[in-house]
Amino acid sequence: MENGLEIARAAAEAAARQSYGKLVAWLAARTRDVAGAEDALADAFAAALERWPKAGVPDRPEAWLLAVARRRRVDAIRRRLTGEAARDHLRLVAEEMEASMNDEELPDERLRLMFACAHPAIEPGVRAPLILQTILGFDAATIASAFLVSPATMSQRLVRAKSRIRETGIPFRVPERAELGGRLDAVLEAIYAAFAEGWSDPAGTETQRRNLATEGIWLGRLLASLMPEEPEALGLLSLMLFAEARRAARRSPEGDFVPLAEQDIALWDDMLIDEAEALLGRAAAKAVIGRYQLEAAVQSAHTARRRSGRTDWAAIRQLYDALLAIAGSPVVAINRAVAIAEAEGAAAGLAALYVLGDDKRLADYQPYWAARAGLLARLGNTSQAAEAYDRAIGLERDPAVRRFLQQRRAGLGDGATKG
Amino acid sequence: MRYMLLIYVNEAAMAAAPTETTYEISAAYGAYTDALKKSGAWLAGDRLKPTQAATSVRMANGKTNVLDGPYADTKEQLAGFYMIEAEDADAAIAWAARCPAASAGTVELRPIWEQTM
Repeated sequence: MENGLEIARAAAEAAARQSYGKLVAWLAARTRDVAGAEDALADAFAAALERWPKAGVPDRPEAWLLAVARRRRVDAIRRRLTGEAARDHLRLVAEEMEASMNDEELPDERLRLMFACAHPAIEPGVRAPLILQTILGFDAATIASAFLVSPATMSQRLVRAKSRIRETGIPFRVPERAELGGRLDAVLEAIYAAFAEGWSDPAGTETQRRNLATEGIWLGRLLASLMPEEPEALGLLSLMLFAEARRAARRSPEGDFVPLAEQDIALWDDMLIDEAEALLGRAAAKAVIGRYQLEAAVQSAHTARRRSGRTDWAAIRQLYDALLAIAGSPVVAINRAVAIAEAEGAAAGLAALYVLGDDKRLADYQPYWAARAGLLARLGNTSQAAEAYDRAIGLERDPAVRRFLQQRRAGLGDGATKG
Repeated sequence: MRYMLLIYVNEAAMAAAPTETTYEISAAYGAYTDALKKSGAWLAGDRLKPTQAATSVRMANGKTNVLDGPYADTKEQLAGFYMIEAEDADAAIAWAARCPAASAGTVELRPIWEQTM
């Protein structure tokens, strides 16, 4: 019963966010004034979040929100709370929208809004928060806690970004084919950043961060539905679903970190994995390879263990070769070295890691030291392995992963006597 | 919207460039200006004399303070400007990217503060 209520609540909230995001996008696309659009709808959105879970979602949710917004406007003007911009927006609504909305659905401009939020003239770090706020209606405090910055700082950055959209004349439009690639990358990156913020809290101890992974997937689904022919949009959603499918398996019941290779496949979510596979298949059919499709393909190769009982490391290595060629980064290079170690032996993997040794960014990068420690340990080089584990332990923020690394380091003693 | 394209280049390097290069640069600016005018985007634009010719003026306590030299000592100096009409930031960025200064220095894009009634 309680579960049923919870589901109804979640559905009502999702509907409120859908309608809110559509209305903000529709209004902002016409005025370039995101803050004004949000202001005009803030009260109505709050009322929807409160009322819809109890009374049910109205037949025409957008019309409901608009009606409330207009009614509230009268009170607000009386209290002098609504600014000039919000009034302008509501006038626009009155004049233009109600006529056109009688029979037709409100056009969905959220894709354009996403492209405005992830415009190259907007600072990269604020793009994901901006999308979360404008499309999903999250307040600055919630976003701030997810991104681990103070609410005041986040609020200021969001306000600045919105005024920049207006002042700089950033357009609300989907870029033409010729420039779509780079611009779409920025949108994908922002959505993935939202997902990754939530993903970094696998145990879900910080509720708001865990929710953010869900919101990242929500945005990914929205993007994939708005750009169903775009292989990288499908690839990103597939990647996030593969990762999400393994959430329950990433920690033991005691809260300990469980590495991918040791995860209990019974805890993987088969439905999500199947959906991810189907998306990847659809993306692959377009025959335009990209970073997110390759990363999703790596995940797919990992989950193949579900059926075959073993991981296809040779395939994973090839996928990382391709990733390195089109989107090389230290992270990709390390993962590739790990795949080489599994496919060809620890010595080959370690050689691939050593090639990276000159990159200064790696000195403070935990996965580099953890991978190095693991390979050194396998080769019986315990003293160097211990040193590398110490570096990795010192760099790790997550206590569960730290405990895991400490256990591995403690286990070196046995290896040393045997070796 | 109206935008200013503020052109910043390294004056010293420009001055030291061989005549042939200077000629090529002028030709490039000429072609760029023509393109702006043909498209109807051009509103104004000119080249500025080097910062050696600059004078900075400030009023303090009712007295006019005149200093020789530019306002700020920077690696690249303001060397010219265009004022253009563009539909939005993307169109303005596209024009800025075509400006010869974008390859040799920096083009700063600033929307003009329009008076609204």
